Amino acid sequence: MFSFCTDPATLPDWQWMACYLTTASHFALYRSVLVVLLLLAMAAPLALGMGFLGALAVRSANPVLRLVGKVYVSMVRGVPDIIFFLFVPLAIDQGVEYLRHRVLCPEWDQPVRQGNDFIVCAEAKMPLASDPAWMHDVWGFSLALIAFALVFGAFAANTLHGAMNAVPRAQVETGEAFGMTPAQAFRRILLPQMWVYALPGLSNLWMILTKATPLLFLLGIQDVVFWARELGGQKTGHYDYTHPDWRVWYFLGVLAFYLLMTWGSQKFFDRLMQRLSHGQATAAGEAMRKATA
Amino acid sequence: MGTEGAYPPYNYINESNELVGFEIDLGNELCRRANLTCEWVQNDWDLIIPNLVGGNYDTIMAGMNATEARAEVISFSQNYKVPDPSAYMALAGTDAGVMESGVIAAQSNTIQAGMVAETGATLIEFPTADETIAAVRNGTADAVLADRDFLVTYVNESNGELEFLAVVPSPGQGVSIGLRQSDEELRATFNAAIDSMKADGSLNAMLIQWFGEDVPVFE
Amino acid sequence: MNTCAESFETLILRSMGREYGARLLPSGLDITVCDQVFLIASGLIWNVYFAALALVIGFFFANVLALAKGSRIVWLRRAASGFIFVFRGSPLFVQFFFVYEALVLLPRAGIALNLGFAEITVATQWLTRAWAGALLVLFLNTSAYSAEIFHGALKSIPKGDLEAADAYGLTGWHKFRRIVWPTMLRLAWPSYTNEAIFLLHATTLVFFSAFPAWQQMGDALYYARYFADQTFNPFIAYPLVGIYFVALTLGVIGLFGLINRRLNRHLPRAARARTRFRPQYIR
Repeated sequence: MFSFCTDPATLPDWQWMACYLTTASHFALYRSVLVVLLLLAMAAPLALGMGFLGALAVRSANPVLRLVGKVYVSMVRGVPDIIFFLFVPLAIDQGVEYLRHRVLCPEWDQPVRQGNDFIVCAEAKMPLASDPAWMHDVWGFSLALIAFALVFGAFAANTLHGAMNAVPRAQVETGEAFGMTPAQAFRRILLPQMWVYALPGLSNLWMILTKATPLLFLLGIQDVVFWARELGGQKTGHYDYTHPDWRVWYFLGVLAFYLLMTWGSQKFFDRLMQRLSHGQATAAGEAMRKATA
Repeated sequence: MGTEGAYPPYNYINESNELVGFEIDLGNELCRRANLTCEWVQNDWDLIIPNLVGGNYDTIMAGMNATEARAEVISFSQNYKVPDPSAYMALAGTDAGVMESGVIAAQSNTIQAGMVAETGATLIEFPTADETIAAVRNGTADAVLADRDFLVTYVNESNGELEFLAVVPSPGQGVSIGLRQSDEELRATFNAAIDSMKADGSLNAMLIQWFGEDVPVFE
Repeated sequence: MNTCAESFETLILRSMGREYGARLLPSGLDITVCDQVFLIASGLIWNVYFAALALVIGFFFANVLALAKGSRIVWLRRAASGFIFVFRGSPLFVQFFFVYEALVLLPRAGIALNLGFAEITVATQWLTRAWAGALLVLFLNTSAYSAEIFHGALKSIPKGDLEAADAYGLTGWHKFRRIVWPTMLRLAWPSYTNEAIFLLHATTLVFFSAFPAWQQMGDALYYARYFADQTFNPFIAYPLVGIYFVALTLGVIGLFGLINRRLNRHLPRAARARTRFRPQYIR
C-alpha cells in the first residue's frame, strides 16, 4: 500500500510492520471484522423476530402452539448452543437438497443415503456445483444466520414472554374496557409498554450474541478467528513477510476487539435504559427523580 | 478445483491474498492444455474429500497422496509428483528413540497420521500443518512426521534449531489429482494433459522451480 | 462391525485414552449406532470433569473476587473489576485460543525461579494439555461470572439482617460467616444454578478450540462431530449429544435444587426463592 513496500526484506522495523499490516491478506482480516458485524446486524433482528413468534406461541390459546413454543424454548436451554450451530446448517443443507431432489428428479430411484454418502442428483444440489464461489459463501453465511436466529430466538422468546407478562394486567383490561378487541389491546397497549421491561433482557441478549460470533469459525466461515489463526502462523521464506509464530498477538487483538465491542455496547445500553426510565414507576426512574431533587 | 491453501510450497495464500503455489501453477497450466475454465476454491483439509464427493468442486489438488484408503472414496489421476518421502523433524539434539515411543505430531487425516498410529508412538493430530511445527517448537510434541518437501523449508530457515531425525518412504502412489469416482471423463482429460506436460518436460521445470534442484523428476 | 456388547466394552471408556478401549476409532462403513451411543457417552466423562472441577475451584475464587470487588481498598476493587470485565466481556472461545497460544510460548524446559538459595525449574509444559490448560481457562471464566453473581447478591442482602447482626454484637469474621455469607449464597443460588448449567454447556467448546486431542481423546461433542463427518449423517450423532446434555442439565438442576432447599430451610414456605431456569449467559 505504501510506496516503500516493494522489497520487504530490506525494510527497517516500523516500516516493515506498516507494510506487513497493510498487505492484502491483512485487509481480509479487517474485512472479516465487517463480516462479523454484518452477521450481528442481521442476526439480531431475525432473532428478535423468532423470539416474538416464540413468545406469541407460548402465550397462545391454542394448546398445540403452546406446546410447540415451549418445546422450542426448552430445547435451546437444555442443549449446548454449539450443537445447534453444528447441526442446523448441515441439517438444513441436506434437507433442502433432499426436497429439491424429490421435486426435480422424480425418476431417481436409488436411496439418498448410500453407505456413508449423501447422494442427490446434480440438479438438486444447493447451490449448484457450477455456481460461482461467492454463491457458496453466501449460502454458507445464510445457513449460519439461520442457526444463530434459531438459537437466540429461543432466548429472545424467553425475554419477550417475561416482558409481556410484566406489563400490568390493568393496562390491557382498561383497553378492553374501552371496547378494543384483544388483538387491538395487544397491539396498542401491551406491545409499546413491553419494551421497557424487555430492554435489560434484550441488552443481555445482544451481549450474548456478540460473544457467540467467534463460533462462525466452526461453520467454516472466514471470520476473525480464522484469519487470526491463518495470519499468525509461522511464515517461511515462501512468503514475502516472514515471521515466527505470532498467533498469541493476533488472538490478543481479537480479544481486545471483543472487549471493545462489549464495553461500547454496555455504555450504549446504559444510556438507553437511562432515557427510557425517565418518569417510569420503576426503581430506576425513582432513582433518577431523587437524584435531581 | 479444490485446494487447502495452507501447505507451502504446494498451495498457500500469499500476502496479496491470492492462492499461489506449485499446484496452482500446475492446475492452471493443465486447464489451459485441456481447454477448461477452472476456478479455485479453498477448503479446510479435514473436509476436502467430503466436499468433493458432495459436489462443491470437481477436483482436489492439495498435495494429496493417492493411497488405497482414499481410493475407496475418490478416484485419482496419474501422479504429478513422485511419492515424496515423509520425514521426522524435531528440535536439534532430540534422541532418535522418540520416533518409536515419544509424542509425534501430524496433521489429521494425512497418511503420516496413519503411519504414526501404527507405531508405538503417541499421536497428536492438528487441523493444519503449521500447527504441527509449532507443537514441536514449544515441546508439546517430540517430533513431527510430515512430507519432507514441506518440512525442508522450516529446517533450512531455522538456523540449526530444527533438524531431520529420519526419512521414511511414504505409502501411496504420489501426489495426484483427486476426482469423484463418477467423473471418468474428467479424469481422462486431466491424465492426457499431465501426459503432455511430462512429455515436453514442462512438469519437470515446474517441479524444479518450486522445490529446488534436488526434487526427483520424471524421466 | 461391532455388536452392541463389543461396542460397549471397547468404547465406553475410550475417551480416557487408548489403553482403556479400542486403539483406533471405528471409521467409515464400520460405524454402527451402538458405536455412536457409547463413544459419545464416553466423551461425557470429559465434560463432567471440566464442569465439576472448574465449578468447585471457581466457587472459592469467585467468593474472593466478589469480596474484592466490594472492598474499600481501591486497587483491590479495580483489580477485581478488571479481571471480571476481561473474562465476562470476551468470548470464551477466543479466551481458549489466546490462553493456549500464550501457554505455548512458555519456555519448553519450564520457568526457572531463583529462590535465592536454590534455583528450581517449574515445569510448565503440562499446561498446554487440554486437561490442565482448558481447565484453567474454564476456571477463570466461571470465577468471573460467578463473582459478578455473588457481588450482586452481596449488595442485595437486606439491610435489616445486617443491622440485626450488629445489634447482636457480631462483627468481622463472625458476622461474615454466620450472616453475610449464607445470605449471599441463598440469594445468589438461582443465578448460580444457571451459571453451572452454562459452564456445563461451555465445556463442549474445549476440543474445538486450539487444544489438540491426544490419542483422539475428546469430549462428547468431539466424538459427535467425528461421527457426523465420517457418516455424513448429522441426524444421529448430534441429537444423541443433545439428549445426553438434556439429561445432564436436568441432573444439575436437580442437584442444585436440593442445595437450594437446604439454603432456604429456615424460611417460611412462601418466602423461599424458587430456582427458575433463566438462561442469561452464553460464553
